[in-house]
This record gives sequence, C-alpha cells and structure tokens, in this order.
Amino acid sequence: MMPQTQQAATGAEPYITPDGRKIGGVLMDLRNITLRFGGVTAIKDISFDIREGEIRAIIGPNGAGKSSMMNVMSGFYVPQEGEVWFRGERRPQMRPYKVARLGLARTFQNIALFDGMSVLDNIMTGRLTMVKSSLLEQALWWGRAEAEENRHREQVEKIIDFLEIQNIRKTPVGRLPYGLKKRVELARALAAEPKLLMLDEPMAGMNVEEKEDMSRFILDVNDEFGTTIALIEHDMGVVMDLSDRVVVMDYGRKIGDGTPDEVRNNQEVIDAYLGVAHD
Amino acid sequence: MNAVAAPQAGLRSIPALLARNATQMGNRPAYREKEFGIWQGWTWAETQDEIRALALGFLALGLNRGDHVAIVGRNRPAHYWAMVAAQMCGAVPVPLYQDAVASEMAYVLAHSRARFVVCGDQEQVDKIIEAEEGDDTVEQIIYTDKRGMRKYDHSRMNWLADVQAEGRAAHQRFTDELDVRIAELDYDSTCVMLYTSGTTGKPKGVVLSNRNVIETARATSQFDGLKASEEVLAYLPMAWVGDFIFSVGQAYWTGFCVNCPEGAHTMMTDLREIGPTYFFAPPRVFEGQLTSVMIRMEDASRLKKFLFDHYMKLARRVGVALTDGKPVGALDRLRYGLGNLLVFGPLKNTLGYSRIRVGYTAGEAIGPEIFDFYRSLGINLKQLYGQTEATVFITQQPDGEVRADTVGVPSPGVEVRIAENGEVFYRSPGTFVEYYQNPESTASTKDAEGWVATGDAGFFEEATGHLRIIDRAKDVGRMADGSMFAPKYVENKLKFYPNILEAVVLGDGREYCTAFINIDLNAVGNWAERNNIAYASYQELAGHPRVYEMIRSHIEEVNASVAQDAMLSGCQIHRFLVLHKELDADDGEMTRTRKVKRGVISEKFADLIEGLYDGSDSVYTETEVTYEDGRKGALKATVRIEDARIVATPAQRMAAE
Repeated sequence: MMPQTQQAATGAEPYITPDGRKIGGVLMDLRNITLRFGGVTAIKDISFDIREGEIRAIIGPNGAGKSSMMNVMSGFYVPQEGEVWFRGERRPQMRPYKVARLGLARTFQNIALFDGMSVLDNIMTGRLTMVKSSLLEQALWWGRAEAEENRHREQVEKIIDFLEIQNIRKTPVGRLPYGLKKRVELARALAAEPKLLMLDEPMAGMNVEEKEDMSRFILDVNDEFGTTIALIEHDMGVVMDLSDRVVVMDYGRKIGDGTPDEVRNNQEVIDAYLGVAHD
Repeated sequence: MNAVAAPQAGLRSIPALLARNATQMGNRPAYREKEFGIWQGWTWAETQDEIRALALGFLALGLNRGDHVAIVGRNRPAHYWAMVAAQMCGAVPVPLYQDAVASEMAYVLAHSRARFVVCGDQEQVDKIIEAEEGDDTVEQIIYTDKRGMRKYDHSRMNWLADVQAEGRAAHQRFTDELDVRIAELDYDSTCVMLYTSGTTGKPKGVVLSNRNVIETARATSQFDGLKASEEVLAYLPMAWVGDFIFSVGQAYWTGFCVNCPEGAHTMMTDLREIGPTYFFAPPRVFEGQLTSVMIRMEDASRLKKFLFDHYMKLARRVGVALTDGKPVGALDRLRYGLGNLLVFGPLKNTLGYSRIRVGYTAGEAIGPEIFDFYRSLGINLKQLYGQTEATVFITQQPDGEVRADTVGVPSPGVEVRIAENGEVFYRSPGTFVEYYQNPESTASTKDAEGWVATGDAGFFEEATGHLRIIDRAKDVGRMADGSMFAPKYVENKLKFYPNILEAVVLGDGREYCTAFINIDLNAVGNWAERNNIAYASYQELAGHPRVYEMIRSHIEEVNASVAQDAMLSGCQIHRFLVLHKELDADDGEMTRTRKVKRGVISEKFADLIEGLYDGSDSVYTETEVTYEDGRKGALKATVRIEDARIVATPAQRMAAE
C-alpha cells in the first residue's frame, strides 16, 4: 500500500491515506547523514525522507541517536557528511532563527519554556520570527506594532482554543503541572505556523489520560492544519497508532523504515528492542 | 392570578418576546460569549437575525411542526438560539445533559424520538451516533464546533453556521412559512420539554407550555424587580429547568443579557470578569468557593490572615443584619465600612460577586455558616424551593426575610398546602402540562384540580409563614427502636464541613446509624500537603489514618449537635467508613444534579454496609467504575471501619442522673 522510499528522491507521488488525509511530495530529505562528536559516531550514514502531511516517527532504544537526528534536522547540529534538503532546496549551514523562519518548529525532550512568563506570553514568543515592526515601534507602541500584536494574538488565541488551555492563559508556566507544560510547549511550536513540526518525546512522563489527550492533539494538528509532524517517542503503542511511517534507529544506524506494520515485523527491529541471543 | 391568566399584548411565545425585544431594545446586549479570549456580543436585533437564519435553515432541512429537537452541548449562545429557532418552526426543543453517557442518551433520544439533534462538538456527535446503535433514528445532526468533524459522513450532518447560511440563502423561499408558524404559537403550545434527572427510575419528559414559562418569568421577574440591565452568567446545565427559566424565560421577558463562559474550566475567571447582577448557584458552588478562599487564606501572609480573621469576625456579628437592613450601631457601621474597604470588597471582587443584586441558591440545603458567610459580606443571597414540574418556583425568600433553614414564602401565583403526612403540594400557573407519553405518572403526580405532589416533607412556620423542608417524604423512616430517621438532616450537617464532599447516612430499620463519607479531594489534599502527608491516589488518601482521625472528629461534632434535637437524637452516627472512590453520576451512584441515589448505593456497597453492622474492622471490596469514555473497570480496596463517640441526649442524661 505504501511506496517504499528507502533512498528517497524528490517527487514521490502524492496519495490519500485510508482515513482521508492527503500526503504530498517530499518535504524534508535527509541524505547520507553522518554525525560525529570527536571519536563517537552518533549517526552513521542515515537517509530518509519526510513527506508533506504525514506523521513520521523516529524510534529506537536509548542512545540510538534519535535526538541527535532531530538536532540535525533542526539545523542545531551540522553533520560532517550528508545533505539536508528542505522544501526542494539543499539547506546550507544556518543559524537556528533562520531555520525557524523556514518553517520548522520543535518541542524539547526536557521542557524549555520561560517559567516566569504566563502561558500566553510563552506562546506569543513562538511568533517572534514573524514580527515585522522594529524594536522602537514596539517600545513606543506606535505604527505597525499594535495592529501586528493584535494579529499575532488572534492566532495565538486560536491555538489556545485548539489545545483547550483557555483556563491557564494567564497562569505563569512555572506553576503548571508537567502534562500541561508539554501542551504549552506544543502550543508555542504551533504558534510559529511551522511546515514541519518536530516533537521530541511529546509524551514522556505522562499518564495514560494525558497521553491520550496529547495523541488526540497531535492527530488534530496534523488533520486540521495539515502540519507535517516528525516525532520521537518511546511508547510503542502511541507510535504505532499515530504515525504513517516509522524510522527505526539503533546505535546510530537505520535498521528499519516503513509503515508501522512493516516495522513491527522487521526481524532486525525486533532484535534491537527485545535483544538477541549471541551464539 | 391563576391558571387562566391571559397573555400580555400578544406575548404568547418566546419568539414573540424575541420580536418585542428586537424592536424595543434592539441595541441592548442580549448575549455575550467569551471566545478566543475576548467577550463577543450580540444585541437583541442581531440575535433575532441569527435565530431567524437558523430557523430558516431548519425549515430548509425539513423540520416539521411538533418535531423534537434535542440540544446537547455546553452553554453557548448558538445552543440557546437553536432552542428558540426550533420553537419558531413549531418544533419543541429538548435540551439534554451534555455529560450524560451514551446509554443514558439513548433512552431520552428514543423516548422523545428527536428527529434533529444539535450537538456542541465532536464528542457529543460521537455519543449520539453510539446512542442510535446503528439505526439512524436521528435524521439531522447539526454541530456547533467544527473541530475534528471533517472526516464524518455528512449525508445527514451540517455545521450550524452552514445551516444558518443556507437559511439566509433560502430566505425568499421560507420567510412566509416561518412567519406563519411563529404566528401559530399560542399560550398553550409546548415551550420546551425537559427530562428530570430522576433519583428513582427512568427520566421523565416534563412538558412545559408557553404559559408555564412566560407566566412564571413574569411573576418572578416582578418579585425581584429584575431589569433589562441585569447580567447573568449561564453556566449550569442547559437541560436543567433553572437554566431555561433564568437564561431564556426571564432573560426574554425582561430583556437582560446572558453571558456564556469560554468553557466549564474557565467559569470562575469568567464569573469575575462579568460580575453578574443576578446569579444562581447550587450550594456546592458556594461551598467550593468558600473552601478555596479558606485554603488560600491558610497560605496568606500573617497580616492578611489577621485582617481577614478580624474583619470576618465583625462581619459574622453585624454583616447579616446590615445586609437585611436591620439597625446596627454607628461604630459597627463604621468598622464594617472599613472592613469593606480592606477585606469584603476585594474578596467579593475576587469571587466575582461585586455587583450581585439578587442571588439564589437551591437544590440542596446550604450550610448556615456558608450561607451567612456570603450574606455577611453584603451579598443578597436567598433561597428558593422548586422543581422542574413547577417551572422552578414554588417558594422563595423575599428581600429582608432570609434565613438558612427556610425556603421562603410561596412565589407569586403559587398556592401551597401541606398534606396530612407532611408532604408538600402546590398549584400554580407554572404547573407542568404532562409527562411526555406517560399518562400514569402524570396522573399520579398531578390531580384533577392541578395540585402537584412534591415528594418532600415540610411544614409552614406559624410565626413567619415560611416553608421549611425536612427531607424527601419517602426517605424519612424509623429506626428499630421507633425513633425518627431523617438521613438528609444529618448528611447536610456533615457536608457543611469542607473536608466532607458527600455523606450517606444509613439506619432505616436498624439499631443504630452509620455513615459513608466521601472526602473532598481539594480540601483534604491541601490539608495533607500542609501536614506533610504523602499520598499517591485518592484511594490512599481516603484510607489514611490521619484522615480517619479528622473525619471522626467531624462526626463527633455532628453527633453532639444532633443530640441537641430530642426528636432526631437517634440519628447519631455510631460507625463510619471513608469510601475508597468518589460517588459519581457516571457510575449511577448520583444523579446528574449530584443527588445521592440511595437505592443504588445500598445495593452496590452492600458488603460495606454489612461490615458497618457486623462489627468488623475492615472490609475488602471490589467496585465497578465507569471511565469518562464509557469503559468499565474495577476498583479494589480494603476499607477500614471505625467507631465514633456518641453523645447522650439531654433526656438520657437526666435519666442517668
């Protein structure tokens, strides 16, 4: 049913998923990425692609290199070898804020919010890359500043409504429980209106109910806004339910790539997760 | 002044009132809803436009005269509009409890044979589809919130805004038809059908006519001098008769503004922002607020705590008298004024009660301390007594005659009499038409002369003419030694402690009384935090020895207080246990309006009850629980049972001496 795109080139055929979502062409293409830290090779010659509109999961045991991979994708790490193609162009080395302007947003494994600021202000920071008015205009609340702030606030309010966090709009983030902080972080990433949303373990440390909520939000984001999502997750049940395609990493290598079903039945993946007897 | 009152100046229906409001006060606000962080408003003229568009859309979808239109969702202007739009088309709106599970929904959907259902969101749509069980009895589903609805089969589904757009487009085609149908409505056409939550048996559909609703709204608006400038907050379930009378009946009669909160969880913030002038809340809302005030004061700085304690002491002494306009010394007035500046004013503002002119509480008994707390702050909080079948009002308290232990004098136009056995009967223009398709129940509740049995036992105080309610007539029983058993009387005393959320007192036909206690997780959890008591779950906290200790002290205080009353001294609690789970409507243990279902509880917890009476120290039990999504699970626990000290009654003490 799904085309195997092991060495993906650009221009894979668009198709419609069984539940009616449209999957487009290749949005991000990672080609032969190798990343080393001194003598340690974190990622060894990995290639895969992410297509427009899909939910793409990266899974693997601890230390497999998943978060490093995400940092490569976000431009935070620059790989020694290989190329990152985004929206049809090879991406040069660039500063993180420029990457954000290109349409990438992410959440972090360890929540990275401003604890002293309110939920609303935290989410507003997600729109900083889109602010056009100058510092002076904002300081004096003059010219474009007000109209612009209103426009951004409107977008942010839509996201607050979407993620059902109206009741904590004005609450300082530091006072929130963990599950809600995760949701606020997602809201901030969404505020940037990303093309590609990268979620680093969005459900780590959550209870079942919070996981269900978060899963629903991820699906809704993908469905309503058509946002492409790349996620790292440990909970296999969640990954298998949510994602269209899964990349499996182990010790910096890619050991599997395909639909959840294909991956589930891949012997190498089973070995990596369950261990294998050494003769 | 009775059942054949004529409508005023052609105001025979809610749509007629809407038309009057749109012409006479077209620019006044009719609805507000907080959305995207901002209060969005609609004037009466705009409201009429929105409702007509929706009604035209209903006609385009084929809504017939006499059809039932079910409405399931939270309080939103669009849902109120749907009710009035249905009335315009000659159909009958049937608001349903939005937190009901699919199986409960299935019964009322089948019973009312609703052809159209207006759903708030995807969750409600899913529930309706589940409740239909495969055969598409509902012909049209209309949803308000688009989110997540894209993937559904839309052959019989529409977004509410699309229905309105379709109605506007078809305005040439249907305007005449709509006007004909509006003109057909008269004082005896059905205004609304409301399902009673039913402490016993299946819910019954109470049919209320335009006469019931409009006459009641007119009389009670006059009683409290309600004006078009009032602001109310619509946050109680739309399926409940009170919300219909306050947010539709009285709102359309007087033309005041109905404010809808952003969601259930923002209600407290929205309350503060709106500052309603006319407010209704069941006792549990006031209790909850008082609890959270007290918890926050515990954590406040010393100065603040001192000011609070000092001025609350003053308020307790003179506040109620001031609110009632009774004479108070000049010095105390001065002190109270200062207190108002320092404590009461800011506190009322925090609670959202700064502007309240008239506030009501009903549904359950309210604790005298709680009641007086609010009244001593200068909030005109009153009690009323009513039921769905009476279109709410049976008795209510006039300004200046307010007490915690009575429910007031008969509302205007209502006749009340007390039967031989103490049961309260009433007759009024608001007396319901019938139970839908249930002539037997109608006949057994309402006699040929229009008198309706309330099922409550009570009496009139001779000196004041105020009605006092003791308990449900059928719950008042006898203990083994023949002394009177009135469980609610004791339960209410217990529930006045912030740490106790619910209490169920047992003892009918037994040797002595026992009790199930439900702790209030909010209050007890906070107490545990302050006392460094670690717990991982509700169950663990409920079973903690120190929690038992605390609850026992509450029970012993209640015992002492019950012992004062010679008639009810047999109701002292000898043994008790703290339940390992919260009583919940989803598990059928309470009604949706949070009234305990005794029958269900005594069946479900039979093993625990046995333990209470066979002298054991603890009982192992497994309880079935229903999760929010309808799945079931089992809760296992060993529940401890402890004894409480009993106080000898004055009579017994005398005998002993």
